Amino acid sequence: MKRISEVDIRIGELQQIDLEAFKLALSEIARQVSGEIRFNIEFEKAEFRCRVCGNTWPFESEKLDLDAREAIHVIPEVAHVFIKCPRCGSPDFEIIRGRGVWVEGVRGER
Amino acid sequence: MSDKSIDPRLNVIDTRLEKIKKIIAVASGKGGVGKSLVSSVLALLLSRRGKRVGLLDLDFTNPSTHLILGAESTYPLEDKGVVPPKISGFEYVSIIFFTGDRPSPLRGPDVTNAFIEILALTRWSNLDYLVIDTPPGLGDALLDLINLIKNLNFLIVSTPSRLSLGTVKKLVSLLKEVNGSVLGVIENMKTDFSPSIKGDIEAMGVRYLGSIPFDPAIEDALGKPEELLETRFGKSLSSIADIL
Repeated sequence: MKRISEVDIRIGELQQIDLEAFKLALSEIARQVSGEIRFNIEFEKAEFRCRVCGNTWPFESEKLDLDAREAIHVIPEVAHVFIKCPRCGSPDFEIIRGRGVWVEGVRGER
Repeated sequence: MSDKSIDPRLNVIDTRLEKIKKIIAVASGKGGVGKSLVSSVLALLLSRRGKRVGLLDLDFTNPSTHLILGAESTYPLEDKGVVPPKISGFEYVSIIFFTGDRPSPLRGPDVTNAFIEILALTRWSNLDYLVIDTPPGLGDALLDLINLIKNLNFLIVSTPSRLSLGTVKKLVSLLKEVNGSVLGVIENMKTDFSPSIKGDIEAMGVRYLGSIPFDPAIEDALGKPEELLETRFGKSLSSIADIL
């Protein structure tokens, strides 16, 4: 691609990213790379599924202390250390959505 | 994340590691052979020789280098990533920073994601050596390391036991299949009664780097870096470090 005009970015809720700081970093990259790039940012809610009882539940950061929130912000997988299935208490669960930051699509001139 | 989406972390890992001259992954296949001790004391020894060193503990389910080095209350700075704190003269990162002493029951895909995250986030300085304490086993974690980090050099630790040697043979065979670079094998916990594994190691086409005697004094030196260096373990590893 010769020039990028638009980038679709998805942010998982588990990352707990400060949107304003993230936008500032993106605008800096755009300035260094090619000037005008439109960033379409969408958040994805986080959800867990228990591998023992099948229960699904959302991420509720307000139930965690500051250290746990910070640790999950840096490495989302440590959610397994701080979160348990609210139904059966198991730490064996899947993060079925809402982790990571990824590029969903890129548009521009070929 | 869909199959067609781009994971930006994978592009960052090479950049994060590009200022490191040599990456040494301390591996064993089998647990309990002294891999974390070798990793920790090797980082100490290289650092004492004036080298710029980093130590990364990637044994997520059972990290122990922080206990060996007395680094339980060390924390990183977060600034455009994770800035490793310095302990005993070298940079240090462990999952323990984020989990504390709690159990971390991670399955394969979670381990992969956590590896990627920590490699993509950590801002190592210009280093001569990065020593990585790897998890035991020949599964996901080892394969992830090989896939994610270019120019890995494996330093294998074994005991004189045939049980350990059998796993080392499988590990060496696997590393040959994936064109992994093997620096050699260290024989740890050797006793006067142990038959030498030197011949077995050399028969695999791998360098036998030397032996470290079984050292009961190591237990009392845990958590005290300077005392670790004075043990028979520390002195024997020092001779091996000379040839790395």
